[in-house]
Amino acid sequence: MADQVTLTINGKQVTAPAGQLLIETCKAMAEIPAFCYYEGMSLQAACRMCLVEVEKFPKLQTACTLPVAEGMVVQTESEAVVKARKTTLEFLLSNHPLDCPVCDKGGECELQDMVFKYGAGESRFTEVKQHVPEKQWSPVVFYDGPRCILCYRCIRVCDEGMGVGALGLTNRGINSEITPSHGDHLECDECGACIDICPVGALTSGAYRYKTRPWEMEHTGTICTHCGDGCKTTLGTRGDEIVRANNRDRSGINEEFLCIKGRYAFDFNHHPERLQSPMIRLNGELQPVSWTEAIKAVAAKFTEVKSKGGSFGVIGSTRSANEENYLLQKFARQVLGTNNIDHPRSGDIVTLLDALSGKTDALATVDDIYHAKGVLVVGSDLSQQHPLLANQARANFRHHKAKVFTVTRGPVREDDIAAASVRATEGQEIAAVESLKDKLAATGGLVVLIGASVKGDDVRKLVALGDSLGVPVKYICLMDASNSRGAMDMGVTPDLSPGYKPVDKPGKTMMQMLADASLDVLWVTGENPLAGAELASKNAFLVVQDMFLTETAKRADVVLPSASGYEKNGTITNTCGQTQRLKKAVEMMGTKTDLAIMGLLARAMAANIGASNVDAVFEEIRSTIRGYNVPLPVLMTGGAAHTMPVNGRVPVAVQADLISSKGDTLFTSGTLGRYSKTLNSVMEAPGKLYGQPVSKS
Amino acid sequence: MTFSPELEKRFADLLTHYPEGRQKAALIPMLMYGQDEVGSVSPELMAEVAKRLSIKVIEVEEVLGYYSMLHRKPMGKFHIQVCTNVACMLVGGTELYDHACKKLGLTHLETQKGGNFSLEEVECIGACSWAPAIQVNYDFHHHVTPEKLDTILAGCK
Amino acid sequence: MSKLYNEPSPLEVKVVSKRFGLENSASIETYLATEGYLALKKAIGMTQEQIIDEVKASSLRGRGGAGFPTGMKWGFVPRQLDKPKYIVVNADESEPGTCKDRLLIEFDPHSLIEGILIGALAVGAEKGWVYIRGEYRYLIDIMDKAIAEAYARGFLGKNIAGSNLSFDLYTQTGAGAYECGEESALLESLEGKRGIPRIRPPFPAVSGAFQCPTILNNVETFCAVPPIIRDGGKAFADLGIPKAGGTRLVCIAGHVMKPGVYEVPLGFPMMKFINEVAGGLRPGRKLKAVIPGGSSCPILRGDECDLNMDYDSLAKAKSMLGSGGMVIMDDTTDMVKVALRIMRFYAHESCGWCIPCREGTTWLRKMLQRVTDGQGMTRDIDLIGDLAKNMLGRTFCPLGDAAALPTISIVEKFRDEFEAYVAKNPLAKNELVTVG
Ligand SMILES: Cc1cc2nc3c(=O)[nH]c(=O)nc-3n(C[C@H](O)[C@H](O)[C@H](O)COP(=O)(O)O)c2cc1C
Ligand code: SF4
Ligand code: FES
Repeated sequence: MADQVTLTINGKQVTAPAGQLLIETCKAMAEIPAFCYYEGMSLQAACRMCLVEVEKFPKLQTACTLPVAEGMVVQTESEAVVKARKTTLEFLLSNHPLDCPVCDKGGECELQDMVFKYGAGESRFTEVKQHVPEKQWSPVVFYDGPRCILCYRCIRVCDEGMGVGALGLTNRGINSEITPSHGDHLECDECGACIDICPVGALTSGAYRYKTRPWEMEHTGTICTHCGDGCKTTLGTRGDEIVRANNRDRSGINEEFLCIKGRYAFDFNHHPERLQSPMIRLNGELQPVSWTEAIKAVAAKFTEVKSKGGSFGVIGSTRSANEENYLLQKFARQVLGTNNIDHPRSGDIVTLLDALSGKTDALATVDDIYHAKGVLVVGSDLSQQHPLLANQARANFRHHKAKVFTVTRGPVREDDIAAASVRATEGQEIAAVESLKDKLAATGGLVVLIGASVKGDDVRKLVALGDSLGVPVKYICLMDASNSRGAMDMGVTPDLSPGYKPVDKPGKTMMQMLADASLDVLWVTGENPLAGAELASKNAFLVVQDMFLTETAKRADVVLPSASGYEKNGTITNTCGQTQRLKKAVEMMGTKTDLAIMGLLARAMAANIGASNVDAVFEEIRSTIRGYNVPLPVLMTGGAAHTMPVNGRVPVAVQADLISSKGDTLFTSGTLGRYSKTLNSVMEAPGKLYGQPVSKS
Repeated sequence: MTFSPELEKRFADLLTHYPEGRQKAALIPMLMYGQDEVGSVSPELMAEVAKRLSIKVIEVEEVLGYYSMLHRKPMGKFHIQVCTNVACMLVGGTELYDHACKKLGLTHLETQKGGNFSLEEVECIGACSWAPAIQVNYDFHHHVTPEKLDTILAGCK
Repeated sequence: MSKLYNEPSPLEVKVVSKRFGLENSASIETYLATEGYLALKKAIGMTQEQIIDEVKASSLRGRGGAGFPTGMKWGFVPRQLDKPKYIVVNADESEPGTCKDRLLIEFDPHSLIEGILIGALAVGAEKGWVYIRGEYRYLIDIMDKAIAEAYARGFLGKNIAGSNLSFDLYTQTGAGAYECGEESALLESLEGKRGIPRIRPPFPAVSGAFQCPTILNNVETFCAVPPIIRDGGKAFADLGIPKAGGTRLVCIAGHVMKPGVYEVPLGFPMMKFINEVAGGLRPGRKLKAVIPGGSSCPILRGDECDLNMDYDSLAKAKSMLGSGGMVIMDDTTDMVKVALRIMRFYAHESCGWCIPCREGTTWLRKMLQRVTDGQGMTRDIDLIGDLAKNMLGRTFCPLGDAAALPTISIVEKFRDEFEAYVAKNPLAKNELVTVG
């Protein structure tokens, strides 16, 4: 433990670790105002708001740079200090446009708060203010120079936080301003972290500008619906429209981090093409009908096919909630009597769990990536496919000098911070990892992130190699979508029921269903399997639950408009196996959640699938699936509960060819991405993987 | 981008002046010497220097915007810099600058059509004891009077 | 004979300027013929402690403006630390009123090199840079030539003068930024970045150029070192007064008959300097004000100048000895215009990093401009003084103070001139006028 020192702050004795910054020590008793200081980022001492009086120093000192020392005597609110703050604010306001009434930040502006607290007196400034027009740097980022107070937070969050470094400072003196990476525009991750961290309204987002005032919004903390990392996001909503997403309260596994998808790609939600009415194919055309009619038609068909002993195929979704996937497989197995249930798989979690059988604590969490001594990425372009995990690795490198290793088929951003990078074609990764063995063993501890190209025996070899290193090793099976992992845990597979229990008679895989010319019914919830594939059975009755008229929905006989991830309650499980709670933020007229749809269907078929409300289904999950017996308060307070759904052998043979990543980048997100105006508007879209531009899907 | 052999040699030398891995230190000299040859810190020059130093263009932009001797647009063939800081001001620097403005039909940081002359009112150039002083490009002229300025300008060909 | 910029004065004591005006004074031949590199040879036979002690004994204080004792500064370098050590010469010379380092490099670059080498011996440095302001391009050529000569004669490179010392020296150009004279901003600039000062501590002696221990001094400071080592610290100290040894170059400009750069001992009487060394004021003129050492110093009224030119005497007069840039103003001078011109300079040169300096200098510049334009209000006069005081001691680096101090002193000492300007504004007493 660090040495403790005793000092006096405002007459009170305090002990603190030697060397701690005074501004941090003071937090417990007196908040010291600051614009440029930001915990975890490099020191600037530029704003001079944090000046305090320290005995024996002739001048006021910046609390943001002064380490505490034994016997220090500090005044944080003395007359001299308050006067200094007040005059600094007066200086700041001298060139700040007082356009608070139309400023997006009005109401949550740190400058406003500070002026409220210290006052800047009547303005003594009567000169003409410096003016430069607002600039648009990208569809997402706008910069209003005059409002900028030059705290340099944006520059630092982009460089030190995101590892992108797309912002800089140009010109000098009063003309200083923030400048984007490419002269007049930004080329970056478009994550908007700079906007979020801006204490005033200098950086504003294309998505939110002039839409609403902060106090008119309601806030709902939920989980991002895009990639498998599971970032917490707080949705600001007005009526049933989402107007903003951020995570300023730093709750959740991602703290403040969000990528462009988490922060801006909620806009698919109110895309004009959202389906809002059920449709039935009549005379070859999909025609809007009432929910009652639609449910009746589906129930009738299901009952008919079942009684004839016909064949069903069911496809679950990697984005719907655990409760929905759980109920879907239950519906399939118990009501429809089939194991023909599957979903698009993007990681060989089955082999990994099997290989880890008997080990405890061998699955890593998001946090583990930040604390591990070493991080090995195999077969993934992490920054593109798993932005949060990449961010954790980067932060670990920056804060703790973690050793990062990359074994990938092409260049990745992590190479820049890597202790070693090896290029290996898909399927050849293990040999490459072998070549790093000594270096890996020297790390003292490792988290291994396994991409979709590593599967079957290769996963076992990787674990064996991990075992041989003689250091603690944890693993993460990287999977694509927000609930890819949950879909596996919930048993949306032909051969494994919930909790990876093998079924007696395995059903058909997704590919087999699509190829089965005699299939009678295909029921697809929230996936688009016909995007690049044909349905072999020309006469199959196709029921599709989706938000949009996808390629699959277009072929459907009945289309049921479903709710998005932001419109439902429930739980999802991220790629690390951390379960978090979805909280409904908005509602879309005419849609229903997949869970509600199944409830209605069961009722119409007079089938008993048990309770179909979220809480009841989750209770069932908790009591039946190993590892899901998580403490409810953790979830209810927005926490993440780590699950390990099996700890013994999983005796099934994995068909490796079923597993592949869809290859979404930072700027794509399957169907959702296609309907996000923001994602499609940025020039970086559709992005690159391994340094190669991907084609627009 | 290609440069004269002299400049190439200068660049090559510069890169040897700093500790290993700290070659970004050559940035400001490269921009200065590059500007002398190219006429300004053009986008091409920025990109070329960034490439040679393995830094981002934005790092060049940060520096370009900061230093007052680095210019985005070419200055005249003869860049007339008149100091009006205190020491010069006290002995006629301001009047000298006004005279230069009238004579050249230019104001601060303007360049003549055709690009022969440009004018700049500069801060102290380190000639205070021999004021008022001007610089034509890098050449100092001391104790300058309006008449002497006329002669100097007439000699700028 | 190299052309001098001004006639020398018989009252000068020439130590660092003794080669000014010699035939080919910048060449290594002239240097060697005039006791050049003797001090280096002597220093090679000394220990690091002996060198530093000798510099301490000389009471040499930094000639860049802050006047920090040089020997002490060198002593701060952690010599055991397993990192390369560097020397950086501050030849940024941008303080208005100052034009002396220019002459040292122009006429005597080898004395600078020798001073650097002695510094290198004292701290075990292996590389150095002479950071020369961009405007002084011709000095870079002179310096580069001198460096090449020194390499050719074995005074730079490996095993210098047959010793274990190996040292490489380079010139580095600035690109127009006063702030880069501030030592930590200079180091940033040297590393290819914006000239933004660094948070200190750590000081350059511990973490300077490229994050390695560095001694950074003004040109004149280094040039004073060879005579100190050659003739002993005490001899140098004795030239000046206690606690402020030696001589220094004073650049005198403005309303005197013989402006120029002269070398006088520390403690030289200021009025004698103005009247006898620099030829006095123009006929019939009275001394109104003096900037004693660069525009960053509080200004002195004519009747406050009966003092000696040393650190303590000027501190007692609430000003500073500064960088040796002395500007003389006679009774024709418009002090409001002087205040405005000084503030225009600092507003132009503020790096913009911290709020009080960035906003304060600009606000003051605008107000002073308005007052000069005859649009001033009565309350503006107090406001100018008040704003300047609000910058004082609160900025990130001393540039803020440098802008505030002269302003405060001019407003205090020449308030009547501001009042006269304000009186020209018919609306001056109307409190509710917005301009712009
Ligand atoms: C704004 C500012 C500008 C400065 N400009 C110069 C300068 O041009 N030349 C110089 O030698 N020192 C300058 N200094 C002083 C340096 O920071 C530093 O104290 C000096 O170079 C140290 O050398 P010395 O101890 O030999 O004086 C400046 C300081 C400040 C705050
Ligand atoms: S006082 Fe502040 S803004 Fe001014 S030059 Fe120093 S750091 Fe820059
Ligand atoms: S927080 Fe300390 S100066 Fe800004």
